[in-house]
Amino acid sequence: MKKTCLHSNHTSLGALMSPFGGFDMPISYEGIEAEHRAVREDVGVFDVSHMGEVLISGPQATLFVNYIFTGDISTLEPGKVIYGMMLNENGGVVDDLLVYKRSDSEYFLVINASNIDKDVAWIKAHAEKYDVSVDDQCDFWSELAIQGPRAEEVIKTVLGIDGSDLSFYTFKDIKTDNGQPIVLSRTGYTGEDGFELYAPAEVIVSAWNKLMQAGVAPCGLGCRDTLRFEAGLPLYGDELTDEITPLEAGLGMFAKVDKEGFIGREALVAQKAEGLKRKVVGLEIEGRAIPRHGYDVLDTDGNKVGEITTGYHSITLDRNLAMALVDSRFSALDTPLQVQVRRKVFPAKVIKKRFYTPKYKK
Amino acid sequence: MTYFLPSHEYARIEDNLAYIGISKFAAEQLGNVVYVDMPEVDDEVVAGEEFGAIESVKAASDLFSPVSGTVVEINEELLDNPKLVNEDPEKHWIIKVEMRDPSELEKLLSPEAYAKVCEAEKH
Repeated sequence: MKKTCLHSNHTSLGALMSPFGGFDMPISYEGIEAEHRAVREDVGVFDVSHMGEVLISGPQATLFVNYIFTGDISTLEPGKVIYGMMLNENGGVVDDLLVYKRSDSEYFLVINASNIDKDVAWIKAHAEKYDVSVDDQCDFWSELAIQGPRAEEVIKTVLGIDGSDLSFYTFKDIKTDNGQPIVLSRTGYTGEDGFELYAPAEVIVSAWNKLMQAGVAPCGLGCRDTLRFEAGLPLYGDELTDEITPLEAGLGMFAKVDKEGFIGREALVAQKAEGLKRKVVGLEIEGRAIPRHGYDVLDTDGNKVGEITTGYHSITLDRNLAMALVDSRFSALDTPLQVQVRRKVFPAKVIKKRFYTPKYKK
Repeated sequence: MTYFLPSHEYARIEDNLAYIGISKFAAEQLGNVVYVDMPEVDDEVVAGEEFGAIESVKAASDLFSPVSGTVVEINEELLDNPKLVNEDPEKHWIIKVEMRDPSELEKLLSPEAYAKVCEAEKH
């Protein structure tokens, strides 16, 4: 199993470790609830060095990225970040990713750890017809996410990095005093304001140590998942897979079907014309039981109409909530449904899946 | 006397009654407990078989019964305050079972043997 450059830092902090996306990653240190609250109310730092980075460059970089990516990057200004997906021909999601635009000839792609091999092979296979080079930089970059209302203050006072000039979904390339590169973006996966910082391992280890000395809460992947869930953000493998389209996932706004010629576009156009057969919705469950990934969703007569994709007892909201992929006839708000939790069945109701209103800095 | 299963449930024996819960080690591994799914009074449980589940923030874990018998009481305090399991899992048992066959205890782990199971899982 792969390890990030901070692996020994995690184990010496006594973190609970678990495999994720091929890496041995920290799930929690103090406990998921305390870490979750630190990010909502104060600030926390995550080692997210498992994420993958791919650089696309060359004269046809814009043309090529527009071909493999659902978002329209031709009109995107340099210094901006855009979220979207790579689709297969059936409209299923190969991966969801961030695209950082440096110029019309250079794009920095950030992909999920669990999909690195698949994505790199996919990108390279489609790049053959274009005048671009594809550089797998996963081993070069490590990454921290500093998230929470005090993130801007903490990176300034503890790391000496000014992020105040960045608005949400913008980035800048900076250098350390000894010339090491840093990519800093105002992005995240928690529903809070915050930054993601990419740099070589020695820069990341040094930044982590400074943040620990300053008393910033180390946060694991456990609360990363509870935080993104509350904000209604999808996780690849749960709400998105090779067989779920962005339209079904409720992420149609990130798939520009009016944009010409990208892989999967025809499938999305056809799906729009036919109407969706299933859709990811939010559910609130009555009772104490917690719905988990894969549990059956039933109609009020007890017929199976879908499955839970993610479910938690929401830490911020203190309610039992879930996202579920259901038959679209049952996707309207307030539709009464049921969830099978082991031997018992609990009543549920369709609600908006953005359970917590994100507090981004616009 | 307290006995354990390798799946981290304990049975504390008082006369013919077994107080069943999860070990300190398991509570630490689980993290914040948010729900305990219990059987009902008068339900039958079977040694080695699932009788409920314990939910942490992260996941649901099945609970297995160390002994066979009839549930005579459930710890209702845990329904409203599941975190008691984190505070002191040995004090806050989950179900109380009237044992059908006390000879089943011979198949369970002693505290010393169980400590070795935990030690092995840490590495």
